[in-house]
Amino acid sequence: MTALASRTGRSTPGDTRRRLVVIGNGMAGARAVEEILARGGAVQYRVTMFGDEPYGNYNRIMLSHVLSGEEDAGGIFLNSLDWYRENGITLHAGVRVEKIDRFAKLVFSDDGRATPYDVLIIATGSRSFMPAVEGLYTPGGRLLPGVFAFRTIDDTQGMVSYAQQDHHGRAVVIGGGLLGLEAARGLQSHGVGVDVVHSGGHLMNAQMGPDGGAVLRRSVEALGIRVHTSSRTTAILGGDKVRGVQLRDRPDIECDLVVVAAGIRPNVEVAVTSGLPVERAIVVDDHMRVPDEDEIYAVGECVQHRGEVYGLVAPLWEQAAVLADHVTGADPSSVYLGSRTATKLKVAGVDVASMGLQAPERDTDEHVVFSEPSRGVFKSIVIRDSKIVGATLLGDSRKVAYLTQAFDRGLPLPEERVSLLFDLGGPGDEAGVAELDGDAQVCNCNGVSKQVIADTVKGGCTALSGVMDATRAGKGCGSCKLLVRQVVEWAADGAVAEDPTAAYYVPGVPLEKAALMTAIREQGLRSVSAVFAALAPGGAEDAKSKMGLASLLKMMWAGEYIDERDARFVNDRVHANIQRDGTFSVVPQMKGGVTSPEQLRRIADVADKYNIPMVKLTGGQRIDLLGVPKEDLPKVWADLDMPSGYAYGKSFRTVKTCVGQEFCRFGTGDSTKLGIQIESRFQGIESPAKLKLAVSGCPRNCAESLVKDVGVVAVDGGRWEIYIGGAAGAHIRKGDLLATVDDPGTVTLLAGRFMQYYRERANWLERTYSFVPRVGIEQLRAVIVDDAEGIAARLDEAMQRSVDSYADPWAERNSPFTPGQFRTSLPLEVLPRVPVR
Amino acid sequence: MSAGLHVLGPVDEIPVGEGRAYSVASEQIAVFRLRDGSLRAVSAVCPHKGGPIADGTIDRAVVMCPLHQHAFELETGCSTTGAGPLRSYPVFADGSQNVVVRFP
Repeated sequence: MTALASRTGRSTPGDTRRRLVVIGNGMAGARAVEEILARGGAVQYRVTMFGDEPYGNYNRIMLSHVLSGEEDAGGIFLNSLDWYRENGITLHAGVRVEKIDRFAKLVFSDDGRATPYDVLIIATGSRSFMPAVEGLYTPGGRLLPGVFAFRTIDDTQGMVSYAQQDHHGRAVVIGGGLLGLEAARGLQSHGVGVDVVHSGGHLMNAQMGPDGGAVLRRSVEALGIRVHTSSRTTAILGGDKVRGVQLRDRPDIECDLVVVAAGIRPNVEVAVTSGLPVERAIVVDDHMRVPDEDEIYAVGECVQHRGEVYGLVAPLWEQAAVLADHVTGADPSSVYLGSRTATKLKVAGVDVASMGLQAPERDTDEHVVFSEPSRGVFKSIVIRDSKIVGATLLGDSRKVAYLTQAFDRGLPLPEERVSLLFDLGGPGDEAGVAELDGDAQVCNCNGVSKQVIADTVKGGCTALSGVMDATRAGKGCGSCKLLVRQVVEWAADGAVAEDPTAAYYVPGVPLEKAALMTAIREQGLRSVSAVFAALAPGGAEDAKSKMGLASLLKMMWAGEYIDERDARFVNDRVHANIQRDGTFSVVPQMKGGVTSPEQLRRIADVADKYNIPMVKLTGGQRIDLLGVPKEDLPKVWADLDMPSGYAYGKSFRTVKTCVGQEFCRFGTGDSTKLGIQIESRFQGIESPAKLKLAVSGCPRNCAESLVKDVGVVAVDGGRWEIYIGGAAGAHIRKGDLLATVDDPGTVTLLAGRFMQYYRERANWLERTYSFVPRVGIEQLRAVIVDDAEGIAARLDEAMQRSVDSYADPWAERNSPFTPGQFRTSLPLEVLPRVPVR
Repeated sequence: MSAGLHVLGPVDEIPVGEGRAYSVASEQIAVFRLRDGSLRAVSAVCPHKGGPIADGTIDRAVVMCPLHQHAFELETGCSTTGAGPLRSYPVFADGSQNVVVRFP
């Protein structure tokens, strides 16, 4: 009944809409219809589509995934049959159009139907090219059993089921282009051994030159695929089914299955038969209209536009949009001027990108090439008049986004051409920023999108620090700073304003750390206000610089430092960590994560007495009392009667330990004892950023020593490994092995020496996971273990002075340092509170 | 809010370079004592996420909220980092070194 109703509905006499007929239901035909519908075309047109294949419209690009089994055939449909029904489109699936009568405006299909049209779109696409090879067809004109093209769902499913049959264990793929390599890789996943036979001199010769092809060949062969280049297939062997292939001037290859992937040819027969202009493909103008035919359009792989025939999907999208603009009249000025094709894809697991020229053509063309066959990496860039006119990249797609942009827009290139190929000196960016969507969140802490950053740059702010100030991107955990920088560079088209403050230790004093320390020492500046007065422009204070200067001065002067409390961040003024509701968290020291029933009882009593809303175990093996109002802090500390755990400062925090040999049956070293020793020695030491340590009693590493700023691992034989520069927070990094030593005393000594070196050399807020790779583990080992610079004794002595000047800050509970130090700043109205559990 | 002058207490309650919060006639005010001795008064609650402005770090020009480092001009209350503004109030020390704030 429904079917009947919809059928009569289509031929309602009152329906005055024009008739739009589309020949072809592939990616181009369906996309063109989608674009037309998006422009309100359903009001103007009744749409009828003819599709050769008995399905809705699917993503042909994904067929290689169906072949490899990564994707189910049902999963690659773009438009299901329901979509046609919902949009009132009459779909004749599995029906082939044979002829167009341009004068009567009728199309004739192989089911005997004559369908009238007012506007016609031809989107017949391409088919696999079948080379003239003996034995390809049976005498009846069908493909020999075991021979497959690789173009449709039916081809793909036929190939899969044939490959899965017993005794079909070897395949030959004819064609070493994109499609052939995809087929080879896909067949491998069915346990089939594959040979690729390619008539060209190197693989993917349409996309790259011989050098790139040679590197690609290595990568493909490393996957277990045999490659025969410059090899022409002369015959398919086997009378009833495939038994092998015969090559010219080469031995035959036995096989059970042959895939022909020797290129594609546009489907132009209907157009030729119907008298439309066809050269290499159906000729269209800039409106995607067939010349001299007002009502006939063509789109996709079956068209030839300004002499070009495209076999990629991107040009098709552009063509479909222009076509729809004209068919609906939405934009009569719309024109298609051709596509610059840049391809970026994964072929048989290898990243391949290519655009423009493969190789230099003129004497004056520059050619920048890098080849590293053992890693499967090849990069080639052709430059003409300081513009990229071609590029090939294999095995490493990191610069593709930038290069594509430079190619498309003709951007000015860096003087140092090698930086076109690599990001020099920085960690690699995983995704090119150009490819990020505008609403992609760049800073996950402060919720700043790429678009917001780009708009800020377009608004005239082109310095990184300015953009960060204005948007607060990168001002949370800081792990996105590199990405923020890249977005700024991208948005500024490379015209990023030089940011002199980036090199300063703190923004308000124009000196790098080493020069700043020299000036402080020479002028005897012992307080933050003295530094501003002597070294800042105009003697101006700068709120953003205070905390970093306070830390530096304390490190340099230890007991002689003049402590101005206004230079401290609130956490350091009240020795607790401020929370979102203005209350604080209190973490007492619990050395090495070892506590006692007596301590636990006191903590429990305090939690009861002060109605602590949440008691939480920390990642550093301590107990956190959350939600303490500022005015209660001194009383809480007094009742705890435990020292500060420094869970709030840019300082040495804690040493996490495992149980160790005392109890653990696997333990090889006394990790808890060493952890407690280290924590006792370095408690409260201020540093450019927080320091989290760990000691593990055996290589099982239960205290996670490999991802700590300083991590120690006991290994068999009474020895200890020291790792530095590890992290497992906003950034993940395995620490580098600094040294393996014989006794705990040396561990403490070297750990202290490293921390002192870090305190003196690291930039403000630079964690060890940045500092260690920046300086380099070899250099650090030379200085700290081998004393190559002769400064070990001085470092040890400086650290000792800091150790000696330690005083538990929670002792200030009895005599506040400043008036109202613990007076509430909390507004009286209720603010969001940490939820009580 | 009641217009006019309000005496908040001795200047010495505020350490140099820091701020303290006061509750005046249902208003929350953060008063800062700059290193040159002068006073500034702004509303005490950060418009961004309700942070305690009096706990912020200051220089001669701005205060930075301790929660998310939004900065505000002490003279005008305007944010230099894109947050909404704080309210600013005229403030001075009287002859007996008491902090006096004027509500418009």
